[in-house]
Amino acid sequence: MQPYNLPDEFGHFGQFGGTFVAETLIEALDELKEMYSKYKDDPEFVAEFHSDLKHFVGRPSPIYFAERLTKQAGGAKIYLKREDLNHTGAHKVNNTVGQALLAKRMGKPRVIAETGAGQHGVATATIAARLGLECVVYMGSEDVKRQSPNVYRMKLLGATVVPVESGSKTLKDALNEALRDWVTNVSNTFYIIGTVAGPHPYPMMVRDFNSVVGRECLDQMPEIANKQPDVVIACVGGGSNAMGIFYPYIEHKNVKLIGVEAAGEGIETGKHAAPLTSESKIGVLHGNRTYLMQNSEGQIIETHSVSAGLDYPGVGPEHSWLKDSGRASYVAIKDDEALEAFHNLCQVEGIIPALETSHALAYAQKLAADMSPEEVILVNLSGRGDKDINTVANISGISL
Amino acid sequence: MSKIKITFEKLKELNKSALIPFITAGDPSPTETVSLMNTLVENGADMIELGIPFSDPMADGPVIQRASERALKNKVGIKDTIKLAKDFRKKNKETPLILMGYANPIEAIGVENFISLIKEAQIDGVITVDYPPEESKEFVKKLNKEKIDSIFLISPTTEDERIKLIAKQASGFLYYVSLKGVTGAANIDIEQVSKNVKNIQKYSELPVAVGFGVRDPKTAKAVSEISDGVVIGSRIVREIEESDEIEIISNVKKLMHSMKTAIDSSSV
Ligand SMILES: Cc1ncc(COP(=O)(O)O)c(C=O)c1O
Repeated sequence: MQPYNLPDEFGHFGQFGGTFVAETLIEALDELKEMYSKYKDDPEFVAEFHSDLKHFVGRPSPIYFAERLTKQAGGAKIYLKREDLNHTGAHKVNNTVGQALLAKRMGKPRVIAETGAGQHGVATATIAARLGLECVVYMGSEDVKRQSPNVYRMKLLGATVVPVESGSKTLKDALNEALRDWVTNVSNTFYIIGTVAGPHPYPMMVRDFNSVVGRECLDQMPEIANKQPDVVIACVGGGSNAMGIFYPYIEHKNVKLIGVEAAGEGIETGKHAAPLTSESKIGVLHGNRTYLMQNSEGQIIETHSVSAGLDYPGVGPEHSWLKDSGRASYVAIKDDEALEAFHNLCQVEGIIPALETSHALAYAQKLAADMSPEEVILVNLSGRGDKDINTVANISGISL
Repeated sequence: MSKIKITFEKLKELNKSALIPFITAGDPSPTETVSLMNTLVENGADMIELGIPFSDPMADGPVIQRASERALKNKVGIKDTIKLAKDFRKKNKETPLILMGYANPIEAIGVENFISLIKEAQIDGVITVDYPPEESKEFVKKLNKEKIDSIFLISPTTEDERIKLIAKQASGFLYYVSLKGVTGAANIDIEQVSKNVKNIQKYSELPVAVGFGVRDPKTAKAVSEISDGVVIGSRIVREIEESDEIEIISNVKKLMHSMKTAIDSSSV
């Protein structure tokens, strides 16, 4: 078997990925590539990264056997990788710690980030505070409304939150705005992208930093479940939590990898955020080539999901590759199914999951029911749902 | 020889720099695009850059972003942009016409299809903002085959080795982005621009046009003295945005006139 060694030196995963940016950013990306390849195997850098993950983030995160959830589904055993227990409440922090340490090595005093749900913004603001870096977070004005607790959290941490009013006022527009900032302030600014999208080397680098999740699972699963999982499930917005847990399992060919996109109000309604499941066309956005929700003339179309973190018209290029190569498969879960899974996990396991994560949970329950009790499903519980309680209360007609 | 090249050579003989205005197709409305283009030519444009509206114009500042949004509201996308260019060509066969846009709309309608449509519309050059040379070799080959120029951006951060690489793949002219930033951003540092343009000229025979921060006649004049062309985008688009509907044409005329006068008064 050939070892998996993507992307190539130009950031291509087959026909996906690459570097599709204006010339102004090329120099910055070249510098980043150079610095990342210099430090990624540097023993001191790696030691500092892991020390921060241990002492500041609280890693390793446990794997938890969801016994009551398993019983309820009535099939395969369901295990949860508890990224919700990380400091700041989601997997996002793994990557943020890595990139911020790199920013420090590169002598950049200012970091910027885009955020959808606010989890990546909070994680970036947190690390920036700790390292004494100036921090500016771009957030679509729609998301500022949806995720107000996280907006306040970022402000408490000393970050400046800039609401983005252009386009659809969500994650993709925040990413555009962050890229514009970066072009303008490229000499003193490090752009910490929050998912496995963007131009090379971001999809690779964000994956690498997040793959601590999957590597821990490789060690933990035999201990707690006496075997590696039969299926690994993760939600997919841009795809960083999914890549983080999938990546170390790619060469374990008998482990099925399933990504769960947001079907919003239903794929057939067009109101969703599921470029892979809805068989969107391939296109170019935010610096890479990938499957992309767009109209016939290449305009990016508005997405819909109850969860801000999944509300993105594209998907990390490596997922497009994994889909086409057949190594991973992708499904979609609707808003109402995700909400049901959200409430269910609260009540059955005493864990409030993020709405993003709830998509993965909903699918895991469905799938478990069709599997045998000897089989094992591992779900990446990518984040906690504290940030979502206003949204959920609103939907339930409760004002807090 | 391409119309773009011919135009630059003619101007060079006169010791002049080209005035290259930019507008977004379909802004403020598709019915006005062709008359705006004619106004630009009548008032001194040596070439025109026509922007293809895109939902996610990541290299553009707020002014051109809003123009893109207005055009998209008017349902003008890449196909209508090419149609408008074709309409313009019915009367004007001479003025070089350059399309400026992003990769996704081009790929969405298909590269081959795009090229055959723009050939039919007699478009002379294409700038694809997010196609750096490494990712656009095939595209450029296909454009070259149809004798359409591929114009590339060079930025203040582009290193010499890369300038060589870009110059090798480019034709028509090189577009020097005069500042670190998006279109329409802060004022430019003429001395710095002058130094960098000279540096680019060391590596390429192609004309060098400068754009991204030219907002007033004084800057236009200064830029024209150190380069082969002056691109004026956001300033014109802003004029369109801020003018009352019935005054758009006359205001753009005035603005172009002031820029042209400034450029013509310069000694190259
Ligand atoms: C808890 C949680 N899970 C998942 C996501 C989706 O991002 P990704 O697909 O990059 O993991 C987010 C994004 O904000 C998130 O906060």
